[in-house]
Amino acid sequence: MTNVAPLRARAEHEAARLPPLLARAEHLAGTVLLGEHGRRRAGMGDDFWQYRPVQSGDERRFIDWRRSARSDAQFVRQREWQIAQSVVIWVDAAASMRFASDEKYAEKSDRARLLALAVAILLNRAGERVGLAGTDLPPRRGEAQMMRLAEALIKDGADDYGHPESTGMLPHGRALFISDFMGDIAAARTALTGAADRGVQGVLLQVLDPAEEAFPYRGRTIFESVGGTLAHETLKASELRDRYLARLAERKAELQSLCAATGWQYGLHHTSDSAQSALLWLFRAFDGGPSR
Amino acid sequence: MMLGPIGFTAPWLLLALAALPILWILLRAVPPAPIRRRFPGVALLLGLTDDDTVTDRTPWWLLLLRMLAVAALIVGLAGPVLNPQDDGEQAATGPLLIVLDGSWAAARDWPAQEDLLDAMLAEAGRETRPVAILRLTEPQAPNFQAAETWRSRLSGLAPAAWEATPGTMAEAAAMLGDEDFETRWFSDGLAREGRDRLLSELQSRGPVTVYESPAPVIALAPATINDGAVQLTATRALAGTPREVTIEAHGRDPSGTPRMLATMPLTFEADATTATGELSIPAELRARLTRFEIAGQRHAGAVTLTDDSLRRREIALIAGREDREGLELLSPLHYLEQALTPSADILDGALIDILPANPDVIVLADVATLSGAEQSELLEWSENGGLLLRFAGPRLAASDVSRDEEAPLMPVRLRAGGRTVGGAMSWGEPKSLAPFPEESPFFGLDLSDDVTVSAQVMAQPDPTLASRVIAQLTDGTPLVTRKRIGAGQVVLFHVTANAEWSTLPLSGLFVQMLERLAVSSAVALPDLSEMQGTTWQPVEVLDGFGTLDDAGTLPGVDGEKLITDPIGPDLRPGLYEGPDRRLALNVVKEDTTLSPATWPANVPVRGLARPPEAPLGGWLLAAALVLLMADIIASLALSGRLMPARAALILAALLALPQQSEAQEQDKALAAASEVVLAHVLTGDSQLDEAAHAGLRGLGETLYFRTSVEPSTPIGVNLEEDDLALYPLLYWPVTPDQPIPTAEAYVKLNEYLRTGGMILFDTRDANVAGFGASSPNGQKLQRLARPLDIPPLEPIPEDHVLTRTFYLLQDFPGRFSGRGVWVESAPADAEKVEGMPFRNLNDNVTPVVIGGNDWAAAWAMDETGAPMFPVGRGYAGERQRELAYRFGVNLVMHVLTGNYKSDQVHVPALLDRLGQ
Repeated sequence: MTNVAPLRARAEHEAARLPPLLARAEHLAGTVLLGEHGRRRAGMGDDFWQYRPVQSGDERRFIDWRRSARSDAQFVRQREWQIAQSVVIWVDAAASMRFASDEKYAEKSDRARLLALAVAILLNRAGERVGLAGTDLPPRRGEAQMMRLAEALIKDGADDYGHPESTGMLPHGRALFISDFMGDIAAARTALTGAADRGVQGVLLQVLDPAEEAFPYRGRTIFESVGGTLAHETLKASELRDRYLARLAERKAELQSLCAATGWQYGLHHTSDSAQSALLWLFRAFDGGPSR
Repeated sequence: MMLGPIGFTAPWLLLALAALPILWILLRAVPPAPIRRRFPGVALLLGLTDDDTVTDRTPWWLLLLRMLAVAALIVGLAGPVLNPQDDGEQAATGPLLIVLDGSWAAARDWPAQEDLLDAMLAEAGRETRPVAILRLTEPQAPNFQAAETWRSRLSGLAPAAWEATPGTMAEAAAMLGDEDFETRWFSDGLAREGRDRLLSELQSRGPVTVYESPAPVIALAPATINDGAVQLTATRALAGTPREVTIEAHGRDPSGTPRMLATMPLTFEADATTATGELSIPAELRARLTRFEIAGQRHAGAVTLTDDSLRRREIALIAGREDREGLELLSPLHYLEQALTPSADILDGALIDILPANPDVIVLADVATLSGAEQSELLEWSENGGLLLRFAGPRLAASDVSRDEEAPLMPVRLRAGGRTVGGAMSWGEPKSLAPFPEESPFFGLDLSDDVTVSAQVMAQPDPTLASRVIAQLTDGTPLVTRKRIGAGQVVLFHVTANAEWSTLPLSGLFVQMLERLAVSSAVALPDLSEMQGTTWQPVEVLDGFGTLDDAGTLPGVDGEKLITDPIGPDLRPGLYEGPDRRLALNVVKEDTTLSPATWPANVPVRGLARPPEAPLGGWLLAAALVLLMADIIASLALSGRLMPARAALILAALLALPQQSEAQEQDKALAAASEVVLAHVLTGDSQLDEAAHAGLRGLGETLYFRTSVEPSTPIGVNLEEDDLALYPLLYWPVTPDQPIPTAEAYVKLNEYLRTGGMILFDTRDANVAGFGASSPNGQKLQRLARPLDIPPLEPIPEDHVLTRTFYLLQDFPGRFSGRGVWVESAPADAEKVEGMPFRNLNDNVTPVVIGGNDWAAAWAMDETGAPMFPVGRGYAGERQRELAYRFGVNLVMHVLTGNYKSDQVHVPALLDRLGQ
């Protein structure tokens, strides 16, 4: 994927089908910046919230004179407390994602980027700030950020298997990890626990190709990783199937238990399924997480 | 190098077969190559080991397959040849003389001889040997020439219909010259006198090899008549196993077309050289026989021509009075019947009834007067070659027939009353016969003294009388007179046919006289004395293969030669025409015996068939390729690369193909069933089919504009495949070379005709031949229509419904304007009711309309509606085209509405009744 525009266009297309995503805001003031989400209480913000009688300690300049003039008491005009969420996205750019078992399926990386950007656009539209994990692209708002996100997402990584990036996350923000999680599980565990330690909650989406689920191979075969660093030869691929599937199930179970431990949400998406269903699931995961 | 019948051109290559076991070991160790696959899940696979390790060796059957492929490759490259021909090696130099028996017996396997001869000549040509060919049937001094010269003349060396005689063989032996040469003798397998001498002459000049076909010679002796049945005898040279042959009797059918009239099986017993059988066929059929032949034997000896001797003559006996009450011996016909029955077929009946049967002879015993019709028909019959034999009697003597002037059917004028001599009331002695004059047909017959004549009718002295007398009494009065009428003759016996007037009918002389007059034909061959001085003209001659050819300009043959001489170049077998009969000269005579040729032990005898050289290399290489293909598939299957889904897809695609055509057929049927569709029969001639299609399109357009019939695009119908029931009208143009439909197609066609379909046959030749005579289209039409169930036809009558179904028409022109259009004939009881303009005609649609006016060409329109073929000239032509369209409209209306217009006749009557 070398061209930015098509990815952006398709992502816009996917995002257009959903109502603006309202990310939950429940977090600390430290991360709060003015945003468009009213917190249903008085605070810093642009929108009117209520008038209240002046209490001791209020500065004179806070008195709303126009309101006060209509009665004997003096009132202070309060504004609604508005915050914006910061969402950090990590998409696995490693070689293992650039795999599609059949022409009719999208590559895993393609699907992952599409979903990531679609979510980013939804979040942006809802006023959230979206950025990439790591230090390259901190969370920001605006159309320009979408452009920068798209550009950053289409970069391919050189490694065979990717490791989730937990740096650059604002404490108590939200995060989205998309990968096939075929590589070393320890890296994922470190990243997830690290994020959880900083109060970051999020969604972990595992993207798999149908062939990776079915293992439809027979005969004498040399399996190679996409990057070519790993190889495994078998004389009867069909014999390996059951054991491979067991290992895959084990890997999924491990990820799920990790998510359960850290309060994240785990999702599984196959490239043979539609991107829309995955986006719906992501929408739901962001809108009403387990912590509500 | 040779291995049995197989030789190798590069035998050293077979050494490579020794490498096969090494290859076995090598191949066995090499497992099928792995597939390399990109698979991200490999990280999960790391550390998994294979359970079983069997498949790292190639399975034995795959090994065997590969071994076979390689072995086939090696053997194929070594150039194996089946039946390699290397027998030209021994005597490859010096001149070569090829002796051909070249007789009719050699014709049975002439193609094989010709092939072998061609191969030999080609070989001799390669070795630059001079070649001469000596045919023993027509010996000429050997003329050694280049082999290629002879090759070009090979087709001219076809076997003759005769065979070598001792004379010709001695002649050949004398021509041989002094030079030494090798001899190859193509024998016909029959023993012949004088051959040994020629053989020893040949052997003195070089080695002799004999080539002889092992096929048995079977010949057919001339047919004879035995007790009214045709007796046929086949002979063969070599007794041996039992064998059955089929004899075919060929002749002309009533319309004169040559065809096979009968067949008869003949069985040779195991040790018999002859087989005899009797074929009894009706005399009518027998009279039309021209030849018998042995089926499958293609030589002149297997054909025997028939001549007049086979025919039993048909003789009509008619008496002036039938004395049923009288004594048998007094019947005027009794003696004639006795004399003729053994050798002829007697017809009874009235003269007028018998004449159409065209008897050879009509005997009128004491018939005096003939009616005008009888006389003229008899005269015509006689002029065409009939023999009218009249006997005198009391009625003739009493009548005025041929009294004042000669009657056409009497040879002489008669005096009134006749005379009686030597009776109780007369003077003199009964008269006896005078010796026959030399020019009489009876000349040479033995006169027996006991023939006496006591009464006779007397001839008037006339200038022509003397030349007409062929037998007379001792006193010079004529007893038998004869007059030629055209090709026939009338003969008058001046006595009765019974013993009333003379003892002649009681004597053997009477029978002989009848034979001489060719009234009866008991003798097969005329004897030598009779043949002297006659000349016989060949009409048809046989060639060596038994085919009858026109004799052309061959000269006539002397009569005695015909009897005595053996057949040869100057006396070919065939049919000869003499003064008053035809004589067949056959290759095989009754007394011919065939005996197989015997050759001395020092002469090698070979068969004609040289098994053809067959290089096997190509086949083996192809087999190796096929095996390697199988190996590819097997290897793919083994290594998991064979995708069953794809294979299934290809298979499905292959299976889907025929379904498509079926669907197409259904579309056609659907199109025909949903609208009125005119159809034409596909003849296989694309131009004609196109014209027929355009014609029906033009007719369809016309119908669309003028009537409420709105046909859609016409359809070409394949009689073999399509369902005919959907088409109301089939237009069938006739060409001489269209294929005859199969029996199943005819079943469909008959079903179609019975269930109301109509076929319009169009011979497209303007009906010049009036159907059935010489026009090739007409003959083809006859053959096409013969199996069809067609009712009696008649030329279209003026009040046929077809003349008024839409337009009032009396002519039915197409591109031509012939009048002859035939439809189903009206029932015999169709009558014209008083006051009605038309007859009450048949109640259904005529199943066929036959004409030759090329209607389709007149109707034909191209896509723009312009006529495609010119019709006539100017306005008259356009008028003719218009009439053609009108005929088409009427025809379609007739098909679709049946006799509706015929029923219109009753409208006044119906209205009349309704009024009441």
